[in-house]
Amino acid sequence: MSALRQIAFYGKGGIGKSTTSQNTLAALAEMGQKILIVGCDPKADSTRLILHAKAQDTVLSLAADAGSVEDLELEDVLKVGYRDIRCVESGGPEPGVGCAGRGVITAINFLEENGAYDGVDYVSYDVLGDVVCGGFAMPIRENKAQEIYIVMSGEMMAMYAANNISKGILKYANAGGVRLGGLICNERKTDKEYELADALAKKLGTKLIHFVPRDNVVQHAELRRMTVLEYDPESKQAGEYRALAQKVHANAGNGVIPTPISMDELEDLLLEFGIMSKEDESIVGKSKSAA
Amino acid sequence: MPQSAEKVLDHNELFKQPEYQDLMARKKQFEDCASADKVKEVEAFTKSWEYREINFKREALTVNPAKACQPLGAVLCASGFEGTLPYVHGSQGCVAYFRSHLNRHFKEPSSCVSDSMTEDAAVFGGLNNMIDGLANAHALYKPKMIAVSTTCMAEVIGDDLDGFIKNAKQKGSIPEDFRVPFAHTPSFVGSHITGYDNMLKGVLSNLWAGQERKEGAAINVNGGFDGYCVGNNREIKRLLGLMGVDFTVLSDPSDVFDTPADGEFRMYDGGTKIDDGIAAVNAKATFLLQGFSTAKTGEFIKEKGQEVVAFHNPVGVTATDAFLMEVSRVTGKAIPAELEKERGRLVDAIADSQAYLHGKSFSLFGDPDMVYGLVSFLLEVGAEPKHIVVTNSTKDFETKLGALLEASPFGKEAKIYAGKDLWHMRSLLATEPSDFLIGSSYGKFLERDTGVPLIRIGFPIFDRHHHHRFPIWGYQGGLNVLVKILDKIFDVLDKDPKGTSFDVVR
Repeated sequence: MSALRQIAFYGKGGIGKSTTSQNTLAALAEMGQKILIVGCDPKADSTRLILHAKAQDTVLSLAADAGSVEDLELEDVLKVGYRDIRCVESGGPEPGVGCAGRGVITAINFLEENGAYDGVDYVSYDVLGDVVCGGFAMPIRENKAQEIYIVMSGEMMAMYAANNISKGILKYANAGGVRLGGLICNERKTDKEYELADALAKKLGTKLIHFVPRDNVVQHAELRRMTVLEYDPESKQAGEYRALAQKVHANAGNGVIPTPISMDELEDLLLEFGIMSKEDESIVGKSKSAA
Repeated sequence: MPQSAEKVLDHNELFKQPEYQDLMARKKQFEDCASADKVKEVEAFTKSWEYREINFKREALTVNPAKACQPLGAVLCASGFEGTLPYVHGSQGCVAYFRSHLNRHFKEPSSCVSDSMTEDAAVFGGLNNMIDGLANAHALYKPKMIAVSTTCMAEVIGDDLDGFIKNAKQKGSIPEDFRVPFAHTPSFVGSHITGYDNMLKGVLSNLWAGQERKEGAAINVNGGFDGYCVGNNREIKRLLGLMGVDFTVLSDPSDVFDTPADGEFRMYDGGTKIDDGIAAVNAKATFLLQGFSTAKTGEFIKEKGQEVVAFHNPVGVTATDAFLMEVSRVTGKAIPAELEKERGRLVDAIADSQAYLHGKSFSLFGDPDMVYGLVSFLLEVGAEPKHIVVTNSTKDFETKLGALLEASPFGKEAKIYAGKDLWHMRSLLATEPSDFLIGSSYGKFLERDTGVPLIRIGFPIFDRHHHHRFPIWGYQGGLNVLVKILDKIFDVLDKDPKGTSFDVVR
């Protein structure tokens, strides 16, 4: 067995992180890789397409029932899905209460101590949204994910989030081994999307690993709680995910320390591609009727 | 006023003065207190079987747990290394608690710093506190090593010690090659013994990093979280010295918590030399004297290729025999005749007092290793353990203690209450009293409420002085434990001065 590869998918909420990661990992499993997915999202939907169901038995919900994490056994939380992909969800509190970040720390510590990583080739963390607190940065700490893949699109806020996540990675990269593996653009059909994503990747000092085109078959598969790889393996989209998986697989050790940019530079980038027109100071803060 | 500079009254006397008595009576009236009869009635109810059953159904509340929090253990462990400053990343109040707790037990100052995280650190993370804190601690207190643990606050926001310490070094807070071992010690997990374990593993990980192990003839010994470390570590060193064994005590706070009053303040004193700690990777084996409290460290040491020999607080003849014979097996050194004599003296002392020990029942509470060692000793002298409350119990401990009790005819009546607290113990003692109770100073409230006499063995001992200076391990330690128990037995007998057997000879 080759050395354990640990990767993580980050990105703005709703960008298609979980869909992209599960399809990519399904393709990696097709290549014979043994995979463990660690969902770090309180919604616990990072493994839904692999398991064909939303995981009910999350680490934290079971720990809450049992009284403490120490009372759990690995078998209680580890589920096996499509192509023997092992799946664990950290779970977490309802919105508005508690601390989801602490939940991620607790869950990952539990998995490490109980040998969940033994015998797998890949561990993949699926992490919600921006790096919002120390807990959500857990997967990028020392000895965890070596490469981070940021899922984004050509939308302003997705690019903003990608830049923010790079800042988070930078904070840990200087002291440790975590690197930015690259950007994955999930097509939203915005103007000049490929060019923008590619330009942002260059600004961040990395590369656009893959541009995943929009295809309705993803929705069809989602409705059936399946990955495209399983639902329609012959489809063009399945081929796209296979290509992405190949690139991720070949990308070991090629990560970089990102060079995040300022908000102004990000806006300049959008200007350059004509998405935004040059700022006219006279219109700022004026409503439609006043103008 | 009753208080005057000429004759200062301490609080024991002061509050008995009429002014205060009057004040307290008026306060009672003002607060509309329940009548004395009602108070008595409720008190009696809390000691009934009915209440015991309700009490044991308790789910969402803990009352007086017999455990403390993780960083306390981390601080004690760190204090045992040469010139090492325990540093807690988190809130200041927590650290004041660790210091006062150790200080009240050992009657010695406990030097330990925090980086005082406040509101802004909770929002932005404690990196800046770490950068400034390490720089200040290093410049002011000139330690040889700084051992970092965490409070709950830092853990909830997910501060990453490894990353922070590296960042602080990059910013020039401390030299690049300065040793800063660390351990994450969230107190909502485990107890002070978990924190001890985490820190010991953290220190060894730091000292042993990058070393190729070359097995030598020496052994390592670690005492775990031990309130008797002052007496015990010195006794262990004496025993191993008599056997001519080459050894290193890993974490030895026996000097720093027992500095002489000779006019010189020692912020650091004694402790495991850093170089000895580094060389300890080459030891033939490591002896963990409180194996439940150092389970994770044990695994770590095994992974390094060393044999790990675990004990559980070796009190008494059998346990000391086992320790010495294992040392002899590993090192090939014979047990000297001098120790055989010491053994014989302890056996003789137990035999002398046998009639008073046989069949007496004892309830116990405390840390897993402490309780295991004491139960083993009680069984050895023919006493009968009864209620055993261990708040910070583990599955391994329950299994092993169960087996120990099972193997002895004196263990049949004993019941283990894992995860229960001292309020449960109160119900147990009120409904099914044992002859004696063994535990820390917190047991005095149980003694007052239930009348079961307390024998103080455990941690912390706040209300009796200097107990920690005397060992409880080894044959000498066994003798100390025996005397503690016997003294209480005889005190109780003498409490009945009108009896026909108020004898001068016992």
